[in-house]
Amino acid sequence: MFSDELAKISWDETTQKIMNKTDEDVRRALGKKHCTVDDFMALISPAAAPYLETMAQLSQKYTMERFGKTISMFIPLYITNSCTNSCVYCGFHISNPMKRTILTEEEIVNEYKAIKKLGPFENILLVSGENPAKAGVDYIARAVELARPYFANIKIEVMPLDVDGYKKIVEKGMNGVICFQETYHRERYKVYHPRGMKSNFEWRLNGFDRMGMAGVHSIGMGALIGLEDWRTDVTMMAYHLRYLQKHYWKTKYSVNFPRMRPSENGGFQPNVIMSDKELAQLTFAYRIFDHDVDISYSTREPAYIRDNMATLGVTTMSAESKTEPGGYYSYPQTLEQFHVSDERTAKEVEAALKKIGREPVWKDWDDIFN
Amino acid sequence: MENLIIAGKEFTSRLFLGTGKFSSNELMAKSIEASESQMVTVAMKRIELDNKEDDMLKHIVRDNIQLLPNTSGVRTAEEAVLAAQLAREAFGTNWLKLEIHPDPRYLLPDSIETLKATEELVKLGFVVLPYCQADPVLCKRLEEAGAATVMPLAAPIGSNKGLRTEDFLQIIIEQSNVPVVVDAGIGAPSHAAAAMEMGADAVLVNTAIAVAGNPVEMAIAFKEAVVAGRRAYESGLGSVSAIANASSPLTAFLS
Repeated sequence: MFSDELAKISWDETTQKIMNKTDEDVRRALGKKHCTVDDFMALISPAAAPYLETMAQLSQKYTMERFGKTISMFIPLYITNSCTNSCVYCGFHISNPMKRTILTEEEIVNEYKAIKKLGPFENILLVSGENPAKAGVDYIARAVELARPYFANIKIEVMPLDVDGYKKIVEKGMNGVICFQETYHRERYKVYHPRGMKSNFEWRLNGFDRMGMAGVHSIGMGALIGLEDWRTDVTMMAYHLRYLQKHYWKTKYSVNFPRMRPSENGGFQPNVIMSDKELAQLTFAYRIFDHDVDISYSTREPAYIRDNMATLGVTTMSAESKTEPGGYYSYPQTLEQFHVSDERTAKEVEAALKKIGREPVWKDWDDIFN
Repeated sequence: MENLIIAGKEFTSRLFLGTGKFSSNELMAKSIEASESQMVTVAMKRIELDNKEDDMLKHIVRDNIQLLPNTSGVRTAEEAVLAAQLAREAFGTNWLKLEIHPDPRYLLPDSIETLKATEELVKLGFVVLPYCQADPVLCKRLEEAGAATVMPLAAPIGSNKGLRTEDFLQIIIEQSNVPVVVDAGIGAPSHAAAAMEMGADAVLVNTAIAVAGNPVEMAIAFKEAVVAGRRAYESGLGSVSAIANASSPLTAFLS
């Protein structure tokens, strides 16, 4: 289990190591065909900032080699915002006195139909809060089953499950799981996730091993930028990625690093702000570190960043996302989980990508492979 | 230099030696000694298994050397399992270099039979070191079957051609959770050093030493090359070329 590996890596020493990286270290990493996590640290360090353009060129080259000029498109559907957790930064926080919705089967199907009208989406991501009693494995499995007539590739972003839970949903046609560790800082994790199932750091961390053991085809990882030192967090995620690749080698991986924005209405204020340049540096660093990993940008990022980065390293994007349950058809006005920056329609995103010479790919999987 | 650990046993040397093709057993023994190798293969077919005084064996067996019987000559998994059991009896070790080549010309390993035999032999309690194609997927399958190492080939056996399978070896090294021993085709100390620089855990050399003009000197050369390559790997190699930092056409949108 990865928790055993993580226990061997000191957070503070890693932070120190990254900050001590030199120009020499960066140049060495840039010259390598196969980077280690140590090289990755150099690439995300302040010492690499002057090499942003060189990194962009390398990142573009590797992305072109492995992915060509395509961007894989997906759309999220929130099936419930009912949640027993109390993540201090999240709109679905248990003490938030908002209306909770668990979409019925009929509502779910209506959402699927509404999504199909927005664009030729074949990749859907089903998202839920954590309420195993009311929206547990069976509920999620049913939502996946209902999605099959409409979508070729179905992923879920739900609470961590046990191996059998994942297997059960795989049987219904699920292709991938996305789960964000949020932060790899064991102690500080508890501060952000004080109560509920999510407060169990190890259970979440080892969820990725359980996905691998269950034979999930595609695993998405994520560090939420805005909690702890982002450089250390994404380095831990790099260790985690390498570990998973070695142990569950039949699985395809993606990385996400959503940025939290300063809140305007007095909510949770991020502890760290990542600049656009730093986001670009991190994206390039991940591509140079791992030529094959999928790098995904959600609609949290503004349109101009998404469009420009689409040629430089990003390989997967969502479009026209609603982050409230039933947001496409049943309940278009409910409270969002987070604010969407890129509010363009799927068709507008498609047109913008084509304009910069990228082909949006809506379907790259087929039901017959399930 | 870090020690090499295979199946819980530590080795200070990362050079494995094969014992075929030497002009005499005496020269072979001197070469092994000079190489400081601690892992030496011996083909079952070369040894009189029921003769404890076998001359070749007498020249190989030393306290600090792990004897690695190999099944060279077998053509199927079934034959390999039988040979392994005989070897265990005769050599008093459950370590085994699994080598299955149905083809007598190039002696290329049969991937399907090798996987089958590995599964079987692991169940029977052998420490299995399979010789195999430089096939990354096969190597993962062998690892999952319980192989103690994988031993992918660099080039056809005895060819001295060097790291012809380099790109695949790189992937194997990157993915493997068991030691990767580059076997077959290593013809010069520089090839051995290159494999070690890439991150291979060990190399196996036979022909290049056995048929050298001076095998003992060549054994020393390989010993030094393996150490040099490993040290370089552990110290972190420098970059190949200096990176020019271009003007900003791609990242101009960030300013």
